[in-house]
Amino acid sequence: MTALTELTVERVYEALLNVKDPEIDTISIFDLGMIGEVTTNGNHVKVVLLPTFLGCPALEIIKKNTVNAIKELPEATEVEVEFTYHPPWTSDRITEKGHQNLRAFGIAPPPRHFKEDGSWHVDCAYCGSTYVTMDNIFGPTACRSILYCKSCKNVFEAMKPVSTNM
Amino acid sequence: MSDSVMSPEYTEAVKNLLFQLADDDFMYSFRGSEWLGLAPHIEADIAYSSISQDTMGHAAMYYTLLENLGAGKADDLAHFRPASERRNSILTERVNGSGYYLETPHYDWAYAVTRSYFYTQAKKVKIDSLCESSYKPLAEIAVKVRMELYYHRLHWETWFKQLMSSTDVAKKKMNEAIALVLADFGDVFSYGQQKVAIESNGLIGSEEALKQKWEMSIEPLMTSLQMQMPKIPDQLVKNGRNGEHTKDLEEGLTTLSEVYKFDSAAAW
Repeated sequence: MTALTELTVERVYEALLNVKDPEIDTISIFDLGMIGEVTTNGNHVKVVLLPTFLGCPALEIIKKNTVNAIKELPEATEVEVEFTYHPPWTSDRITEKGHQNLRAFGIAPPPRHFKEDGSWHVDCAYCGSTYVTMDNIFGPTACRSILYCKSCKNVFEAMKPVSTNM
Repeated sequence: MSDSVMSPEYTEAVKNLLFQLADDDFMYSFRGSEWLGLAPHIEADIAYSSISQDTMGHAAMYYTLLENLGAGKADDLAHFRPASERRNSILTERVNGSGYYLETPHYDWAYAVTRSYFYTQAKKVKIDSLCESSYKPLAEIAVKVRMELYYHRLHWETWFKQLMSSTDVAKKKMNEAIALVLADFGDVFSYGQQKVAIESNGLIGSEEALKQKWEMSIEPLMTSLQMQMPKIPDQLVKNGRNGEHTKDLEEGLTTLSEVYKFDSAAAW
């Protein structure tokens, strides 16, 4: 008889590192800061996720992938995943590793600061140049903007900063 | 207030407000989605479709809150309710212009920009107030909506400013659009017959207070463009909050619910 490993919150977090954003596969939902809370009770796991944008069509896929990733743990027999809006997801929840992984995908991570007039600046995701222009605040997905780098002449994307001060 | 201690009167008031908020964003978003592929240039197209997607997400949140309060399934609330049960402002149901989306759409971009700018600014005023709502689940969603709305407002204000500072033809079209939008603006800040119930329960600010905030919020831009302050009509031809609508709504509902009615069990 094999003793089952005890189901711990740490084990669940390890499993969650394998759940990637379906549209940006270099970054996990953990590094995106989407995990609100993980609780375990016996063989029961509950994960609360924070949606990035309310109309994001990837949310249901993320939910399904999260359930499947946790079910990989043999000791997790009951899995519950739900979304909450409190606390709201903000872009400063993205980890430092998340910033690196976004750049690896060609997306500039969201800036940590806004200027006084509410505008913001990012450097080129490819060459790091600061000589960039905003092409479109809106992009291919709800969370991204499109920019142009005048140094390396590449179009690149940036993740929109989102904060409660807006 | 949490769900467990809510009186039936309070719950009714919450539901009535949620239907107004949900139906507004749902119809505004549907009209926005009809512009897909038709905006003046590709950047405008990407932005408008993204804004419409966000806004549909906001409507979905309100319908979900209604579902949690036992009003019925969110998707059914969005698709199956007849026009007479809809509580959206008539401004949000109006067609984008003459012609049909798939055939010969002669849509009016000046109207799209003006409706969007005035509507988004009104939504901002409401959302700011909803962040303080006595109904906690609504206040939490409002905090989230506000962050997304920031970008929508910025986008439409930029378009409005640029077209109003453009050629005489552009200005003429914009002024015609402003007249059309204002004619339908009377019920945007109305709660209809639910006024007392909604306001007295601390769900959102009063009609008068929000209307005043809206005027104050657009005044700096109007002044800088040397424009007259838009006047919201006091007399309403139709009040969407009481289920009074134009034929545009019925036609819109027929189109948008066609696929869902065909197979409401399909997963999307």
